[in-house]
Amino acid sequence: MSQGSGFITERYIVNGDDFHAAGSASSAMKKLLRSIGVPPEAIRRAAICMYEGEINMVIHACGGEAEVSFDGEYITIHLADKGPGIENPQLALKEGYSTATDEIRELGFGAGMGLPNMKRNSDELEMESVLGEGTTIVMKIKV
Amino acid sequence: MTIRDIRELLGAQVLCGEDNMDQVVLSACGSDLMSDVLAYVKEQSVLLTGLVNPQVMRTAEMMDMRCIVFVRGKKPDGAMLDLADSHGMVVMNTPLRMYTACGRLYAGGLKGEDA
Repeated sequence: MSQGSGFITERYIVNGDDFHAAGSASSAMKKLLRSIGVPPEAIRRAAICMYEGEINMVIHACGGEAEVSFDGEYITIHLADKGPGIENPQLALKEGYSTATDEIRELGFGAGMGLPNMKRNSDELEMESVLGEGTTIVMKIKV
Repeated sequence: MTIRDIRELLGAQVLCGEDNMDQVVLSACGSDLMSDVLAYVKEQSVLLTGLVNPQVMRTAEMMDMRCIVFVRGKKPDGAMLDLADSHGMVVMNTPLRMYTACGRLYAGGLKGEDA
């Protein structure tokens, strides 16, 4: 973690091997934001964005990396994976669209709510995806 | 309504968080789909679910929920309870089915967020 002059940056590795462990990075981020006094409502929105992203990385991309920063005005969450990429990013942002397996649905996810939830809870969302190379998502949450 | 009231209404067994039974909760939701919980729940509340895996605890943690009630007698394992306990959540289970459990809480005065 780097911290100074009100800025903070933290990196997290999202392990793609274990669905049951998914969420630990989101949990650590939430704790960090709370420790530096970010208001609870902004923390909750950031936590939903990060957690949905983390779940997506585990379900679809065998894990990835997350970088979270706070500059006093915005929480920025940068997610990057080396998964298969998203064939139709615009379609993936629509509620109800999902390519998740039945196994994932049985675990309570995969209903096509992940990306729409991330968009709803962030003030800005940018996504770049290249088939066969991976996906990058940057979300900004205004505090 | 307090979490203690919820235990009484549902005839529930407390699995962890016994010290936090007097917390007041304002709303509840019943769902087996964690994505919906993340999408629609807005305030600190109670989650009723029949789904049993660690992501139930994580979802509740992300949403700042105070209490999780497993319906149909479902019982989380020790690791799941440790996770919930570390965040100060009360976890209970009730033999009631989802519809009946939600109905009892609603009739007892605990509304959903859209009510």
